[in-house]
Amino acid sequence: MNPPVATPFFFYLLAATMIVGGILVITRKNAVHSAMALITTLLAQAGIYLMLYAPFVAGVQIILYAGGIMVLFLFVIMLINMERSVKERQFNKQWLVGIVAAAALGGLFIAVYTTTTKGKMLFPEGRMSFGEDQNTQAIASLLFDRHAGQYMFAFEIASLLLLVAIIGAVVMAKKRI
Amino acid sequence: MHDLILYIQSYLDSDRTPGGAGNLFWATVYILLVFAGLSVAVIAMNWLERKILAHMQVRLGPMRVGPHGLLQPIADAIKLLLKEDIIPAEADAIVFWVAPFIVVLAAFTVFVVVPFGPTHAITDMNIGILFMLGVSSLSVLGIVTAGWASNSHYPLIGALRSSAQMVSYEVAMGLAVVSVILMTSLNEQSTGTLSMIGIVQAQLSQGEWFVFKFFPLGLIGFFIFAVAMVAETNRAPFDLPEAESELTAGFHTEYSGFRWSLFFLAEYSAMIAVSSIAVTLWLGGWLRPFPNWLNGSTWELVFALFPGVTFLLLGVMCFYNTARMPKHPLFRIQTIGLAGFGAVLALIGLILFIPEVRVRVVDIYWFSAKVAAFMYMYIWYRGTFPRYRFDQLMKVGWKILLPMGLVLLIATAVLAMRTEVWVGIVVPLWQWFVGILHSLVSSL
Amino acid sequence: MLHISTLHYLVLGAALFLLGVIGVLTRRNVVIVLMSIELILNAVNLNLVAFSRYWQGIHGPGALHGQVFAIFVITDAAAEAAVGLGILIAFFRNKETVNVDEVNLLKW
Repeated sequence: MNPPVATPFFFYLLAATMIVGGILVITRKNAVHSAMALITTLLAQAGIYLMLYAPFVAGVQIILYAGGIMVLFLFVIMLINMERSVKERQFNKQWLVGIVAAAALGGLFIAVYTTTTKGKMLFPEGRMSFGEDQNTQAIASLLFDRHAGQYMFAFEIASLLLLVAIIGAVVMAKKRI
Repeated sequence: MHDLILYIQSYLDSDRTPGGAGNLFWATVYILLVFAGLSVAVIAMNWLERKILAHMQVRLGPMRVGPHGLLQPIADAIKLLLKEDIIPAEADAIVFWVAPFIVVLAAFTVFVVVPFGPTHAITDMNIGILFMLGVSSLSVLGIVTAGWASNSHYPLIGALRSSAQMVSYEVAMGLAVVSVILMTSLNEQSTGTLSMIGIVQAQLSQGEWFVFKFFPLGLIGFFIFAVAMVAETNRAPFDLPEAESELTAGFHTEYSGFRWSLFFLAEYSAMIAVSSIAVTLWLGGWLRPFPNWLNGSTWELVFALFPGVTFLLLGVMCFYNTARMPKHPLFRIQTIGLAGFGAVLALIGLILFIPEVRVRVVDIYWFSAKVAAFMYMYIWYRGTFPRYRFDQLMKVGWKILLPMGLVLLIATAVLAMRTEVWVGIVVPLWQWFVGILHSLVSSL
Repeated sequence: MLHISTLHYLVLGAALFLLGVIGVLTRRNVVIVLMSIELILNAVNLNLVAFSRYWQGIHGPGALHGQVFAIFVITDAAAEAAVGLGILIAFFRNKETVNVDEVNLLKW
């Protein structure tokens, strides 16, 4: 099965949306605008997951990230009164150091990408002919199957982690403990 | 030209949805059809709601604008388009402008996976029901930003209350949905499925609608979902955040004209969307009633005649009301209009008797009939129940529906396990127990 | 440029990661710092899922380890966002500011 014909168009469109959204997140004065830009980035990311034939992760991203975490962010932005902070200085005193550090990190990434794959073909494609029909079932068998499932323990630990996070968030936000 | 006709015909006999067959042309056609059908459905819902509420309250509703008020929704739409577009002075213009679009986007994108028939959907995603739940939870974002951007007290409180309500009832909805997904795993291939078409085909192959499965459990799941979906769409009796007497229309107070009509459109589309979920999951989607009890080719024919008979009955009702119109020269145009409308409906009914049309339309008809029954229930609830106070509303969502959903999920999981899984759990437990007894006895 | 290989996804992930790092290191508003952390986690997820697709091409359709890991990372991010925002609310109640560089009670 050939990849869909419009793949480069959608990839570049979604990638541009994500990059523009990311830039808007880190540069807006108003936190609500940043949150809206982040929502756009997260939804475009769900589209990229669909392009990578990962529909379950895309669904989880839409429900949890865009529909859960961002709602939480918007609630908190509305509950705390940030009117004053819009008129203050937005960037740190050490912003130059931050940008230099990020540029150094970018240089590190480029160095890793170019030196470790010199000569041989970069990320050969392999037999990319699997569709997305049984994706959820395959993830379920990795998580829950008695004989082939390797992530059952991690799943239980993740639920314990969520319990700890719930209790922690409730205790943190209470007025009187 | 001949090639185009062959192309159209080759699709009409296909056995996959346009998305599954990779067919971009038909997917676009389906998208346009769903969009148009949804808009017509929202307009019809507006008229139906006003007339049915009126008749429940022993009054007549709109009667002047067209015959029996049939042109009232169009008049409302024209009025809303011509209204002045007011933006509050201190409001955040960009967010104020974007918020209705988020809600409309969330309400309309859901229809990509709604199955009107085994091949009559825009696409059949592997994660169909997950996608529907996720995208309908994006409308909370639109409501919260609408309330915030209005920069006024009533919308802010209304938005926070409305979004808290929607988030609470999403949990109960999710639990009821998961209990149905467990029931789909009882097929022969023993894999469950999240895809909407797969869920209806599971009901077909197991021979019963999931509302009747494991007798009270399917019904309780359906009840939980039916209550949660009314609360999810902010409709009566859970409409405190947008009730006029309480909060002066809640989060859409500051929106006027076209922007308000976007919220209105999104609300009705969300109602149709969650009703489609309920119909697909519990009431057997496009399957006709009694697929096993009343089987055989004569019963198939009887049930296949329902679409045509329905439209003929509607046409006959129109003609009856035409005969009852006042015989005054000022009513001449209305009488002719109503008679014409009745003639169109009767003509559609007659067209639906033709076998080729009938075979393709009967699935869509049964699905739409069930969703229309849900719409009637929505209007019935609005006319009958008093409004819940906000703390009572949250209490119902968290303290009543959520525990019911959890117990339902555990009970369904226990009943849906297969024998070899039972054996795999009980036998090791028994052996462990016997081993402990043995070691206790031998240490004495 | 026209055939989208795994490298394209990795470069996109790296770019998002860098944007998130710049946001964490240069902004004063705590909420925006938390949102930049979410950007970083998303970039990581993109890497994981891209490599899971690459791995599927070599080891067959069941090799979805990257996607399972990505689901766990999303769960983790939800927990962390909840706790982080709880801390923010608790701190805001005490000091009435949302700027990171005014959190300096321990400064001598």
